[in-house]
Amino acid sequence: MASIKFNNVYIKDAFTIAGPLESEGQIRKFDLTMDDYYYGEKSFIDAEVKMQKVVMDNLLYRNKLGKKIDLILGGDLSNQLGITSYAVRNFSYPFFGIYSACATFLESMIIGGHFIEMNTIKNALMITSSHNLNAERQFRFPIEYGAPRASTTTFTATGAVGAILSNEKSNIKVESATIGKIEDYNQKDATHMGAVMTPAAVSVLIDHLHDLKRTVDDYDLIVTGDLGSVGKDIFREFLKVNYGIKIKNHMDAGCEIFLKSQEVYSGSSGPVTLPMVLFNKILKNKKYKKILLIATGSLHSKDTTNQKKSIPSIAHAVSLEVLS
Amino acid sequence: MNKDEYNKLVKRLTPKENKSKNALVAFLVGGFIGFLAEVFATIVMEFTGLSRVDAYLVTCLVVIFLSCLFTALGFFDNWVTKVKMGIILPTTGFAHSIMSAGLDYKKDGFITGIGANFFKLAGSVILYGMVSAFLFAIIGVILYG
Repeated sequence: MASIKFNNVYIKDAFTIAGPLESEGQIRKFDLTMDDYYYGEKSFIDAEVKMQKVVMDNLLYRNKLGKKIDLILGGDLSNQLGITSYAVRNFSYPFFGIYSACATFLESMIIGGHFIEMNTIKNALMITSSHNLNAERQFRFPIEYGAPRASTTTFTATGAVGAILSNEKSNIKVESATIGKIEDYNQKDATHMGAVMTPAAVSVLIDHLHDLKRTVDDYDLIVTGDLGSVGKDIFREFLKVNYGIKIKNHMDAGCEIFLKSQEVYSGSSGPVTLPMVLFNKILKNKKYKKILLIATGSLHSKDTTNQKKSIPSIAHAVSLEVLS
Repeated sequence: MNKDEYNKLVKRLTPKENKSKNALVAFLVGGFIGFLAEVFATIVMEFTGLSRVDAYLVTCLVVIFLSCLFTALGFFDNWVTKVKMGIILPTTGFAHSIMSAGLDYKKDGFITGIGANFFKLAGSVILYGMVSAFLFAIIGVILYG
């Protein structure tokens, strides 16, 4: 059974930096925003490293945590987790670098939550980021090359999000989690990641509901990571056709960051997409008490797609309860 | 649901690209660039007395320079995204592909960065351009001697 129930894991605080385009989208209020993609640095890599560092500095300072962090868990989209490794080298804490593409943040929440639940540690710091221009270069074309895109393409969000997991009680309880399985439905189009990742999202949702004997109606809101506007429809149709589940309380975080007028094709993607929407929109709206998060990641590299290999995908689920 | 059924579901829900609209835009924009270049070449011929061949050469250099400049200034890629093949297919696109790769890799050093990546996108055009020129030359020799 891949589902875990947590009794004493809470999210103590979160901090977000949003990129220039993201801060002019649907969500207008972030902890910090960037005016340009360089963020006062000489290269985009340095900018993303600084973004992560600023997030972690702010979290530690605001919560007066000093030496109380037992573990940092983080990852990003760059080769060999370059960005996170360079950002975390400034902090002298035990560190796990993790990668699940855009599902990285929930992976860190599950691992950190489990350590806290087992009383091995008390506080964990989770960090993730993506930078549109670093991701473009990593996965697509040179930055200044304006290659025409398919309408199903998603636009990697720029931002960094960090959060502190703790055994101290707070308003947001991490209630349970389900570790996802890799799914591969023979999708080869890296410009259509919604189609690539939907099977993983469906699979982890079904496992979660089955393991914990729940239905989709037990949640006020089910949030998928970054399926995009096309992937969102595929996800709902897949659930309806294959499992007879009609999902009404569903939101895709990828459709909640940018405005249509910003011309971002099918919506936002990247590991920051889900936490950015979670901490700056969903949790600020007091309407939702029981929230199921499903972060989805497409596990391809430029080499595997160039060699026409089908793309495996992963999704992890975490259920949150907003107390009081 | 097996993989084939899923593929059908994905195809059904994926919006179709409007190919005829894209083709029309490319035709009009590409044609308009050609028209401007022709006007420019004619002016060059009138004012400098250069031959038609030389005037076209000068025009070509100006077009390449402008697309590199606009790429470096950061707005040429937005035009490409809007009008697609209309601006990629002429010499403008070739210059843009080289310039964008050069800009992108300048931080990675002269040899491992710019040197190794300058023709990242344009390399295929050069290679297959040469291969097809060779093949067509052979066909030309066989047919016309």
